[in-house]
Amino acid sequence: MAETVPAIAVRGVCKDFGGFEALRDIDLDIAPGTTTCILGPSGSGKSTLLRCLNWLEEPSAGSIRIDGAPIGRIGTGKAARPMDRRALAAARTRIAMVFQHFALWPHLTVLGNVTEAPVHVLGRPRREAEAEGRSILARVGLAEKADMYPHTLSGGQKQRVAISRALAMRPRVILFDEPTSALDPEMVGEVLGVIRELAREGLTMVIVTHEMSFARDVADTIVFMEGGCIREVATPHDFFTAPRTDRAKGFILRGSSTP
Amino acid sequence: MNGLQVVWENRAVFLWGAGNTVSLVLGCLLLSLPLGVLGAVVLTEAAAPLRRLLAELVDLLRCVPFLLLAYVVYYGLPELGLRLDSWWAGLVSLTLYTTAYLAEIFRSAFRAVAKDDIEAAQAFGLSRSLLYRRIILPQVAITAAPMIGNQIITTIRDSALLMIITVQELTFAANFVSANHFTPFAPFAAAVGLYLLLSLVVEEGVRRMERVRRLRYG
Repeated sequence: MAETVPAIAVRGVCKDFGGFEALRDIDLDIAPGTTTCILGPSGSGKSTLLRCLNWLEEPSAGSIRIDGAPIGRIGTGKAARPMDRRALAAARTRIAMVFQHFALWPHLTVLGNVTEAPVHVLGRPRREAEAEGRSILARVGLAEKADMYPHTLSGGQKQRVAISRALAMRPRVILFDEPTSALDPEMVGEVLGVIRELAREGLTMVIVTHEMSFARDVADTIVFMEGGCIREVATPHDFFTAPRTDRAKGFILRGSSTP
Repeated sequence: MNGLQVVWENRAVFLWGAGNTVSLVLGCLLLSLPLGVLGAVVLTEAAAPLRRLLAELVDLLRCVPFLLLAYVVYYGLPELGLRLDSWWAGLVSLTLYTTAYLAEIFRSAFRAVAKDDIEAAQAFGLSRSLLYRRIILPQVAITAAPMIGNQIITTIRDSALLMIITVQELTFAANFVSANHFTPFAPFAAAVGLYLLLSLVVEEGVRRMERVRRLRYG
């Protein structure tokens, strides 16, 4: 049987912020239906890598493919040229994102946030999108908040709306950029609970997180980054019980004492 | 004959003048609001040469006294072969002037939209035009309402200067009545009252937007 196409294939990605190398020659495959947690100290490049995956950050070099189709840049080497805006927007509809600070659109209701892109970008009929939106909101326990505005919600509720907004795109992959870092401690659980549920359902997810025990529990694959490089790719069991690098060892020791 | 009587007997003149003021201001807004948005988009998005050219033009318009601009349009353009009657000359000068200010208001309001909101729109595949129509402009309409209201009131006041180029607007009407009946106070006071009324209508509009803002943004 032929090998399955990775949901995301990262090849030789570098990111240079005016002399500072945030990412150095990153290669990574994300298998479909798996949950990948990216761990690493602050400034290790994990969020930058995540933001490169949907081209919010433009890699200085390298390529990214979603389900085999390129995003952001077409062709390789000298023949590479940037995708036009429309093609890039279309490619982005296959990878939804959940942001650290929620990034809900404040002038739209909760349901409006969830249906905005399905209706206006994907062109789904409004009635259908609203019905689906309401059922997604019910799944994350927010059915009764559908017609409220985001500012009336708690942080945990906002992040669950943001997850609903991502699910409503029926994306191939969902990217999570430190989804619980901006939350009060008592709200972290409700958001992680939803993500855990999605992992169980077999969604493809890439999660940048500092929640070590969550990562250990939910991930199929741990990616450990440090200094703009991927230092380890392992199963949670292997990573947490037998890290191969000293840096990972140190990180796990420190990580278990700080969030 | 006392002043109030004069005003009452010339009410048709006042209504005509007020009608012209309102039609000029509404016509101006109908043109300058979309043009101001378009200008702000160019000031935000366009490549450097076009952007810089428009920025210079906007600065130029904003530093010209409005009366001088009206003179140029009404008395100057005919020399270049474009003769407008006074109402149209008034509309053109008022629109140019207001558009310059609105473009600056919209440009700064665009910048005030949270970077996160825009990034989320990009991540969800919204095109540039959807980003403006669905995410930026609806927020700007609410957040910039007080500044836009201010500008509308300024435009109403500026329209009074158009009497100098013989536009028969409200100040022209008051001046006409006062000159013909040698009673300056009452006609001008009546005009002041009518201007105040127009401003109150604008302010009520701003208050309603403010209520929407509080409902949505807390």
